[in-house]
Amino acid sequence: MSLWVDKFRPKTLDDLHYHQSLSARLKSLAASADFPHMLFYGPSGAGKKTRISCTLRQLFGSGVEKLKIDQRVFISPSKRKLEINIVQSNFHIEITPSEAGNYDRVVIQDLLKEIAQTQQVDLNAKHRFKVVVINEADSLSRDAQAALRRTMEKYMSNMRIILCANSTSRLIAPIKSRCLLMRVAAPNPEEMQMVLEHVAKKLKFDLPEEASQQIAEDCGGNMRKALLVFEALKMQSPDLSGSLKIAKPDWETYCHKVADLIVQEQSPARILEVRAKLYELMTHCIPPTIILKTVAERVVERVDEAMKADIMHWAAFYETRMRLGNKKIYHLEAWVVKVMSLYKHFMYNFDMADFE
Amino acid sequence: MAFFQAKSTSTASKHSVDPAHQPWVEKYRPKTIDDVSAQEHTVAVLKKTLVSTNLPHMLFYGPPGTGKTSTILALARQLFGPDNFRNRVLELNASDERGISIVREKIKSFARQTPRAQAVASDGNVYPCPPYKIIILDEADSMTQDAQGALRRIMETYARITRFCLVCNYVTRIIEPLASRCSKFRFTPLDSTSTSSRLSYIASAENIDVDPEVISTLIETSGGDLRRSITYLQSASRLSSSTNPPVPITPHDIQEIAGVVPTASINDFVRTLGISVIEDMDVDGLPTKGKLKGFNAVQKKVKGIMREGYSASQTLSQLHDTIILHPTLPARQKAKCALAFAEADKALCDGADEELWVLEVGLRIHKAVTIS
Repeated sequence: MSLWVDKFRPKTLDDLHYHQSLSARLKSLAASADFPHMLFYGPSGAGKKTRISCTLRQLFGSGVEKLKIDQRVFISPSKRKLEINIVQSNFHIEITPSEAGNYDRVVIQDLLKEIAQTQQVDLNAKHRFKVVVINEADSLSRDAQAALRRTMEKYMSNMRIILCANSTSRLIAPIKSRCLLMRVAAPNPEEMQMVLEHVAKKLKFDLPEEASQQIAEDCGGNMRKALLVFEALKMQSPDLSGSLKIAKPDWETYCHKVADLIVQEQSPARILEVRAKLYELMTHCIPPTIILKTVAERVVERVDEAMKADIMHWAAFYETRMRLGNKKIYHLEAWVVKVMSLYKHFMYNFDMADFE
Repeated sequence: MAFFQAKSTSTASKHSVDPAHQPWVEKYRPKTIDDVSAQEHTVAVLKKTLVSTNLPHMLFYGPPGTGKTSTILALARQLFGPDNFRNRVLELNASDERGISIVREKIKSFARQTPRAQAVASDGNVYPCPPYKIIILDEADSMTQDAQGALRRIMETYARITRFCLVCNYVTRIIEPLASRCSKFRFTPLDSTSTSSRLSYIASAENIDVDPEVISTLIETSGGDLRRSITYLQSASRLSSSTNPPVPITPHDIQEIAGVVPTASINDFVRTLGISVIEDMDVDGLPTKGKLKGFNAVQKKVKGIMREGYSASQTLSQLHDTIILHPTLPARQKAKCALAFAEADKALCDGADEELWVLEVGLRIHKAVTIS
């Protein structure tokens, strides 16, 4: 019994529902003899991983689905042991180097060199090269990326690299120029509805038009989220008729509550209250950036047009500081205080210049 | 005839490195220094050293894809010939471990070896083969300060029998004592004529049809980086030849490969920010009804761009070009926009959230344009 997301994940390139031109390209690339290094990028839930696994299947046949999970130990230059999980089949290997934190360079150097210097032993293999899939490539450190540069050129005969990233901004130019870039855009609502209907058809029940529309709108291009919500809804009300109430995740409603608190009252006591709530969110492992973004978006919805731009400006400003700094809570609080003071000044027409 | 064809393909597949599958950047690396595109000044100086066979320590710096590594490799090959190349040249790059211990052991031991006697060139050519070795430190700016410090004395002590060539992108990352020991060569971004001639040469060697329009798109998207334009060309030709029947390469393909945001989307964004774009000056007069205005419009547009998966840095750099080159915008407003771009770029380098910063830039531009 697996989740619908996994159960109905397309297995081959022909099964994919949207971005047909991209699938056609991948198919023809897999058929041709020279398969390049590739970089898949796009927002989360757009289907990058699905496309990668379909491409691998197209390349090597069903053998890639026999996966085994290994734990490998690497030793950093300072003699620290790093344990990394590796998912591999006979034809490919999948790693998430960011698990190693600052030492991702060691993992990249050791593992890739090892793979690059061994040859495919299986004589029945369709291709001579192995594929290395690197997840979360945008969180690779600069050192690790530099280590990839030459390896990518030198061992081209034995190895191909597929990088998977949310954005290309954090990848250094030399890496980008060595890969074939594949942009996987988020599906539009119609495409999402199509997928939802396809799933409903597979499970042999009717999906009302309004329900699928509502799910598609609510999930903002995240296909994984849409399917999860769909399954949850089906559990709640099996006939899926009438007005549906899509339950927001807890943390999201909680963030909205924080936003409401900020808008309602601006006082030191309120800041304390907000602070407690922010801590609560952070102890539940919600990334601070997501907290800040969700709260900011909600606050912006509820204030006057003239303040919106300023609030977003300070959100961007404190988010950057948060990345550089160590204690996330300070910067979240600073933003809250800033927004409150902005609000007060705006409401009571204070002259801003005196306080800058 | 069919017999011969069958045989030739079987031998090709046995070969370990099939040239057809080699990246073109490797395949068309210049073999001699005369082949190096552009960089006339550097090439002229190096050619003289080829005659006198005396070489200083060298420091090559310049943006990526301008031929730094290619030049030194070609030079070394011309000096030593293929037979001596292996034991006279040590090439280290960032994918090798290059901490201080490697400098002390590997580099030092190679540097102190007396160069071996010259082997007779098997291909019948005569090579100068001067009595020293060359150590090429590629991507030297990613070496640590300590490792660079350890090199200082090594460079001087063994200068008689070993010459160093440091290759890097940012000369400021090389510590001053090392830089002062080398003669510096600056590599400039390639001008469009030499890029286009090189690209057409490769295209004709690979038997592919390339429109002049495609070449100009390549030059535009790669910004003087020859390696990037060659890779794009190869990717595009792969895509076009793998479909059945092969379709010609279009400028649109190149843009997609390069991850460029389509001009239409950028113009749309710019229009939302309250700047009119030249192409539709006459259409602008029409009132757009029912459209969102101000903050919400900008926010929606940014969300749209992020959903399409374009990267923030690419979006911002294209937005920057559109606005800075805008013919009618006053200088003061442009300056304000430039300030916003600069801050966003710094923030993105620090790893800040992309959506927030694209939104921030959008809002600031909107403000600058509408208020003042």
